[in-house]
Amino acid sequence: MHSCHSPHHLAKHPQIMNNSYNAMRVFITLVFAMCLRIFPLPNTLAALNPDWVLIVLIYWSLAIPERVGIAHAWLFGILVDVLMGRHFGQNALIYSLVIYACLMWHRQLRQFPVVQQSAFVFLCLLFAQLLLFWFKNVHATMQISGIFWLPILSGTVLWPFIYQLMRSIRRL
Amino acid sequence: MRLLIAIIASIALLITEYRSERLLPLRATLSVLTDSLKYAVDLPVTLFDKISSELSSYEALKKENTSLRQEQLINRTQLLKFDALEKENIRLRALLENSFKLGEQVLIAELLSINMVPDEHIMVVNKGTRFGVHPQQPVLDANGVVGQVFRALPFSAEIMLITDPNHAIPVQVNRNGLLTIAVGSGMSNQLNLPYLPTNADIRPGDLLITSGLGGIFPAGYPVGVVDDFAETTNKSIPHITATPKSLLDRKRELLIVWSSNALMPLTSPLSKTPADNEQ
Repeated sequence: MHSCHSPHHLAKHPQIMNNSYNAMRVFITLVFAMCLRIFPLPNTLAALNPDWVLIVLIYWSLAIPERVGIAHAWLFGILVDVLMGRHFGQNALIYSLVIYACLMWHRQLRQFPVVQQSAFVFLCLLFAQLLLFWFKNVHATMQISGIFWLPILSGTVLWPFIYQLMRSIRRL
Repeated sequence: MRLLIAIIASIALLITEYRSERLLPLRATLSVLTDSLKYAVDLPVTLFDKISSELSSYEALKKENTSLRQEQLINRTQLLKFDALEKENIRLRALLENSFKLGEQVLIAELLSINMVPDEHIMVVNKGTRFGVHPQQPVLDANGVVGQVFRALPFSAEIMLITDPNHAIPVQVNRNGLLTIAVGSGMSNQLNLPYLPTNADIRPGDLLITSGLGGIFPAGYPVGVVDDFAETTNKSIPHITATPKSLLDRKRELLIVWSSNALMPLTSPLSKTPADNEQ
């Protein structure tokens, strides 16, 4: 039994190492994204601050869909809820739905050029912001100016750069 | 399948939190993680402040010291008068067989320089339930009312400013005691006064102070100054606004107040006031 198990274990070892490295990278980048989310920017830039956590989650779910999935999205959604003082489950729900879409189409999306990926990211961010808008309205009817939608645009514009940056982090 | 679990779990959490306060311990526990992030983001700014104050020249410090000394002298003499006035007020109230409201206890809290949601006016300070901070406590600065504690976590507290669109504060005009409610406008330098009758006796430059109604804010603290508005002769209601007294986006030190509301009708924590329709 033991002799049978041991070569299998040895063969798997580098894989495990690689995975734990990746898990670390995913964790660190997501924590960094959470920091960016609350980073003190001057007023005009603060309105442009995109949902970094969601963008980083989208990247990882496209890059290593077998490792990063809905569980990650949900857990970090809960943490973002606490971080931003939202109601529990709000961001968790949004992130889970968006990451589900990413996992569904990750094969096609990985073949796409970056511009087309940006279009997909735009749709994801738009969907997330729409849900957020809906949550806000369920809560208390509010007038929301055009500023509310700006993070979608900034996120889309930033996607190619984030994509390159994250790729170099993954291959570090 | 996983998606289904995630959706059901999220909705369950949303509903549970909406209906009850059973999730507060969970939020408090998780907030220990997120608060460390908040402090980490705040750290460079604090360090920068510290270093720049270390590097500020002797001349500048001396100048600041002199001006502060003068300011303190003026404040002191005003306080002397205030003491006498307070005694007189107590005596007069005793004559009227009225009770006098005791003073308040305060705690100094520092703002963490982080950005929450841009379209909501919520700020985070570095004192939480560890220091006895609890929701609905009034928050002041040296110039006036800032807001109220919206959510208290172990190491930090979220403060809703009076300019938040979801916030309303009962005020009175200092000149004549006219009661009304100041609602946040969503802009950091404006409050709306939507509930005034057309013939209300209110003028530009009137000081608005807290009226003490509603039981959250202690009476008598300055809130804002009424802005200029065009007097209309026809029946249309003028849109009256006010400028908050406190410097809402600049101050780093804030005061969290424990008021002894023994003389006010105590409001149960569950009763809804116009000021907390957010939660």
